[in-house]
Amino acid sequence: MYDIKALYEAYSVEEAVRLLAAHPEAQIIAGGSDVLVQVREGRRAGKELVSIFMIDELRGVTMEEDGTIRIGSLSSFHTITYSPIIQEHLSVLGEAVDMVGGPQIRAIGTIGGNTCNGVTSADSASTLMALDAVMEVIGPEGKRLVPIADWYKGPKKVNLGPAELQTAILIRKESYEGYKGHYIKYGMRNAMEIATTGCSVNVKLSADKKTVEDVRIGYGVAAPVPIRARTAEANAKGKPADAETAAAIGRDVLLDVTPRNSWRASKDMRLHLCSTMAQRAFTEAVRKSGGEI
Amino acid sequence: MEDRQYKMVHCYVNGKERAAMVDVRSSLTDMLRNEFGLTSVKKGCEVGECGACAVIIDGDCYDSCIYLAVWAEGKHITTLEGLEGPNGELSDIQQAFVDETAIQCGFCSPGFMLEAHHVLKPGVIYTDDELRKKLSGHLCRCTGYENIMRAVKKTMYQRAGMEMPVEEDRIPLSVPIEDGKVVL
Repeated sequence: MYDIKALYEAYSVEEAVRLLAAHPEAQIIAGGSDVLVQVREGRRAGKELVSIFMIDELRGVTMEEDGTIRIGSLSSFHTITYSPIIQEHLSVLGEAVDMVGGPQIRAIGTIGGNTCNGVTSADSASTLMALDAVMEVIGPEGKRLVPIADWYKGPKKVNLGPAELQTAILIRKESYEGYKGHYIKYGMRNAMEIATTGCSVNVKLSADKKTVEDVRIGYGVAAPVPIRARTAEANAKGKPADAETAAAIGRDVLLDVTPRNSWRASKDMRLHLCSTMAQRAFTEAVRKSGGEI
Repeated sequence: MEDRQYKMVHCYVNGKERAAMVDVRSSLTDMLRNEFGLTSVKKGCEVGECGACAVIIDGDCYDSCIYLAVWAEGKHITTLEGLEGPNGELSDIQQAFVDETAIQCGFCSPGFMLEAHHVLKPGVIYTDDELRKKLSGHLCRCTGYENIMRAVKKTMYQRAGMEMPVEEDRIPLSVPIEDGKVVL
């Protein structure tokens, strides 16, 4: 038995917004793999919950007419990994979320929960940063779109107002077309592990596969919230897709990241990881794009 | 809590239509054990780490300890009891666990067997690494996993209608000894 004060169940987005407005202290519960564990730990014990789990309209991956890929916020990690649309256009995201926890966690855990908990170590976050994802949010005032760069407001704080919930994650065509990406998770174990640091790199090469037209580098656990390595990205644009550029990225990312000491790893180790993982993920993304490196 | 909240939940458990009035604070583990007497669903870590409470819901494997009972409404749920034959005959995966001594204390066994049953599609052969990843949501503190892996692999080859390849590095149960030294 969980220590829950009251459970309110929503079967539609409108009902969820109404319930959240009526119970301002309530916590949203989606798949429950964070919230129920925190209830058990006592951190969220005795609270009211608004369950959005039964809102089936928030599940599934679809492609919109303009090529935008729409991932419903309640889509589980399994749903994303096995989605033909993701496998064809966004394989890096499918691979990244296949590293979350274990198989049963990937069956219940949702991408919405993974981004709304505001945790820097979320396996989906660095890849969504590197994909310039857009969050669709619905609240009492209606719908609004939030670029992921404005999403994270601080540790465990995201850009959600009172009675608002995230309903989808959108990846625009210009963000994925022509790009290939690679995600690396560093952890102490191969399963049931939280990332010590995660790095996701997206690369777009020139037609002859020799020049870096664009590169986007996303990190988890390199700062209090997921971040982009903007300095390293700007310096690498227009450079040859070779080992020298990879090495330069490895140096330049150190100007962008601000990791800290924690019981999982020291700051120095994380700086080393940030540098090495960016080089490796960039190299692999170039290879996937057809470049020789 | 003074105002207890209850809800009627209708679902299909091991092929049978069932209904129960549950406290909304119940986990699915609580409902399956307490309302339906399905004690193969173990209460292990209760935070979704050990896999002892795993059940199959609508075709995927979930930890029932971090699944609210009220979410089971309308779902098709399979527990280990559902794998047995009509007269309690063991299923292939259960028999393989017996034959390969893949059980010591037995607490992780229902979850492991159910997950293996779910993972092993007829005719599909996985590498050891793939199998380890697919079973990685289950913890066993007794066996060291070797015999569990062997039982799962045996069932995988059986379901594919193939002979299981001989494991060359397997240490034989009776060790030949010559002149006081082990001959391998």
